[in-house]
Formats: sequence, C-alpha cells, structure tokens
Amino acid sequence: MLGEGILKGLAETARNFLGSYVSKDRLTTVQFPEERLPQAEAARNFPFLVYDGSDWQAGLRCVACQICEKECPPKCIFIEKSKDKKPDYMGKPQFYPAVFNIDVSVCMSCQICVEVCPFDAIEMDNAFELSTCDRFGGLLWPKSQLAKSNDYFHQIHPTAASEVDERLAEAKTKADAKTKPLAGAASSTSPQPESASTT
Amino acid sequence: MTSRLTTPVYEEMPEDISDRIDQGELLEIALGPHHPSTHGVFRMDVVLDGERVVKLKPVFGYLHRNHEKIAESASYLASMPYTDRLDYICSLSNNWAYALAVEKLAGLQVPERAEYIRVITAELTRLVNHSATIGFLTQEMGASGTPLMYAFREREKILDLFESLTGSRMMCNYMRFGGCRVELPSGWLEQTKKIVEEFPRFLDEYERLLTGNEIFMARSQGVGVLKKNLAINAGITGPMLRASGVNYDIRKVDKYGIYDRFDFKIPLGEHGDVYDRYMIRMLEMRESLKILNQALRDIPAGPIMDPKAKIRGFRPKPGESYGRIESPKGELGFFLISDGSPNPYRYRVRPPSLINLTVLEDMCRGYSVPDTIVIFGTVDIVLGEVDR
Repeated sequence: MLGEGILKGLAETARNFLGSYVSKDRLTTVQFPEERLPQAEAARNFPFLVYDGSDWQAGLRCVACQICEKECPPKCIFIEKSKDKKPDYMGKPQFYPAVFNIDVSVCMSCQICVEVCPFDAIEMDNAFELSTCDRFGGLLWPKSQLAKSNDYFHQIHPTAASEVDERLAEAKTKADAKTKPLAGAASSTSPQPESASTT
Repeated sequence: MTSRLTTPVYEEMPEDISDRIDQGELLEIALGPHHPSTHGVFRMDVVLDGERVVKLKPVFGYLHRNHEKIAESASYLASMPYTDRLDYICSLSNNWAYALAVEKLAGLQVPERAEYIRVITAELTRLVNHSATIGFLTQEMGASGTPLMYAFREREKILDLFESLTGSRMMCNYMRFGGCRVELPSGWLEQTKKIVEEFPRFLDEYERLLTGNEIFMARSQGVGVLKKNLAINAGITGPMLRASGVNYDIRKVDKYGIYDRFDFKIPLGEHGDVYDRYMIRMLEMRESLKILNQALRDIPAGPIMDPKAKIRGFRPKPGESYGRIESPKGELGFFLISDGSPNPYRYRVRPPSLINLTVLEDMCRGYSVPDTIVIFGTVDIVLGEVDR
C-alpha cells in the first residue's frame, strides 16, 4: 500500500516523542548551564604548568628546556630561559623559564607538549569556559596564569597525577641514592633531555 | 515500486553550451559557497536547462590549510594532530593511516593489544561516520531535523567513549607510531560492549523510519547512478565504489592490522544509485558491529607501545612508504619520503573525499537541482579532507 512506509516512520517518530517523557535514554539533552554532565577524566583543553608546594614561583617544575616549544605543532608556546639557576624539586640547581607564554587562541589542545616533556612539568587542563573580551592579551597566557598546583592536577586527572607523582618520587630516590656517595656532584646526574631538534 | 519521473536528459555533455548560455536558453548559477549541512564550504557552478543540470563544476579550496607543506617542516609526531583535522568526523582512522605509513617507514611493530584497540576505535569511527552521513543525507532530502537528530543521538554515545579514552570528542590524536597513546581506562571495554549491543536497535529504528519510506525511495531510487566502469576508471573507493557493485575493500585486500582475523562480509550494491549508497552504509554498520563484537571478545592484555618507539628525537631511516587504510569514506593513504631528518622530505595525503568528488558531474548531469544536493550528500565528503 502506498504510504505504508510513511506511516511506519511516523509511528517511530511518535514512539520517540512519547518515549522522551518516560525514558531517559530517549531524551538526551541537558539544560546547560543549569544542568551539567560530569566531564570525562581524560578530558583535555589547553595545557597548564604544574608547581609543587604552595609558592608557584618557587615550585614550578619547568626547567625551560624548550622541548615543548620546538615540538608544539602550531608553535603556540614561547619560552625565554633564565640567566641564573635555582634549585628544583630534587634540590639541584636548574634553569627556570623567565617567560613562559601560551597563546591559547593558537593552541589546539593536542597534548604533544605533555607527552614530550621529560620533567612532567606541563599537563592538560579541562576548563572550557574561557571566553574573554580581549582577544589578544586575554588569550596570551603568561606563566602566572598558567601555573596551577599539583593538588589541582590531582583534582582533575587523579589517575594521571598519581602516576606522575610515583614517577617523580622514583626519580628522586634514584638521584638521592646516586648523589649520597659523591655529594656535590649533583649536576652531572640531572636528567638530560634527548635531542629533539626540528630543522 | 514507485516509478521515477526523472530520466536523465543529458547522457553526454552537449557541445554548443556557451552559445546557448549567451542566448539565455541555459542559466549559469552558483550553488553555494555555503555550508551544505556540515560537509564544509563548497560551491557548485551549475549550468541549468530549466531545472535540469547540464554542467556542474565543483569549486573548492575554501578550507585549504596547507597541510602537506606544514607537515614537511614539522616533526613526524607534530603532524599527527593535524591528521585529525583532515576528515574531522573520523579522526581516529586518519590517525591510523598516518601511523601505518610511519610504522612502515621506521619498521616498528605494533603490539597485539594496540592492534585490537585500533580496530575497535576505527570501527567505532565507521559507525560515527556512517550514522552522520545518513543523517545529513536525510537532511539534504528535506527531512528537516528528526532523522538527523536520531543519528546524532547515537553518534554522541560513541563520541563520549572517545572522550573518555582520548580526552577529546573529535580531535582524538590517539594513535602513535608503534602503538597507542594511553591504556584503555577502567570500564571502557564494558561501556563499549554495552553500546555495541544497543546499536542494532538504532539501526532497526532507522530502517523502519527510512528504508521503506515511499518519499525516501522516490527521491533516491534510480537517482545519481554511478556506472561500474566509470567508478573503477575514476579511482572511486569506499562505499561509493561498492554501491556500484565492485568488490573492493582494503580491509580484505591488504588485510592491514589484524583484519584477517575477523569474520565479516563486504556488502555490495547493484544499481549504484543514491538508495544503494544509503543501503551500503546501513549494511556496513551492521558488519562493523560484527567486527566490534569479535574484537571486544578477543582483545588480549599486554603492552600498547612498541618498546623501540621513541617519542623524542624520532628519525626514521631514509626511504619511502605508503600506508593506506579503508577509512569510512574510502581509501585514505599517506605517502612519505624520509631523508633521515626529524621531518619528512615529502608528505602526501591521498584523500578519498577529493577523488570521490571527481565523478559528481557525471552523476548529476540530467537530474534536477534538488537531486544534485542529494547526490552530493551520498558522495560523503568532508571539505577538510578535500582542501587539506
């Protein structure tokens, strides 16, 4: 019969419409921003710099090795290395970033900076409500804005954060075991990044 | 059952076309450039005789991003997130094609678990792509909203899986040379199994809604026929080729990854019209579910990265390689030449969308303007991949 298929289709639509009143499965919309779905733990959106302790300037893990700057696909990271050194979390003197800027209007949240970082100093955030009225200065984040505590990292990515903590603790105990017999020769055992030059 | 009123008027291109345009007999208009239901920004310059298409010229390049040249000046790894943005509906299969090419170049072995994860994510991507394509197709036929939203409801469930695995819904950037980036989160396989089990319900619902629908059949049967010979000669791949009745699927031909372990069929069309291209995609989704069920059952434990793979300072030996996969849209290939430096000497993408688009004029000639939109919809292109 002509029109049978159309009637069947309309019955399907009606079933979905009426079903949306009783079944959560058929009504999938959420009234954002009043209602919010929980974010996936792996969710990523723009990187941030991790610091240990309470003072962000003293606790930054970043040693300004500039690997992320070189590897970043859209080249949105800008780092200026410091002239002097200051002790890192293992107590070794290291360089630190005098300037560390990320242009989030260019960043594409690909996570490659996180993967290439040998010091676990940069991690992915999951904040997404970041609109600003200033599209130049407001989207060029300096290190004061990028620095976030390790506690915050634990809060947004608990599994990844504990893995990183374990890895760092292991490196620290190894470094301690090496440095104790020959105290003072700390600088020679600092983790050196492999060369990752892009021509 | 329903007879078509439309019959192609112009089997071949008429020759005296410019005179007839000058005399005002034929009308030359531009369809677009607009965003025809999310395929991307695309323009068709058509010459019309009344309502019939006489000539059609696809115009693209509005989304050109210089992907290949950027890749030649960036490291191998840095191109991986850019491959997500080729065909932004199925980023995971793009990742796989690129990873495959680099693995051939560098001689990396992918661990078994990683191969299974790749198959699972690639087949989920196929579900995402085909349900989106069919949703868009109905939208282009004028079924405003409802079928598209049903398709997107199911797509969204799979995108949630992608988010919990890779961190991003669409720009997954998940595969790496020699494996995958992160281990599956706990409970991910169970969630996937649940969605795979429920997916046939959506397909049945969709078939009840569309497959027997008289309007849908009248709009699609016998429209935009792509002949077998033309499809082969033009290098068409993917569901479009199979809808014309050519048995060619790279999953069966190359057996890349571990596709030789799975039991699945290749659906084939007979007429090569819009309806066949729709049905092929519906059937392919059911075959994908079969593969997914087998892969989810058999996935072993183990490492997910080749221990030889290096994330920093990756320099493959000089040489060249071509890696290709059956992406949801057709044959997606990456051709790479390495000169031993950290960035490829030559990087070339073989996009299925661009090559499938070349027969658009042959399929549309003689049909009316609304048919053209529908035929364009079944080519299933994403302009991110066409323009690169």
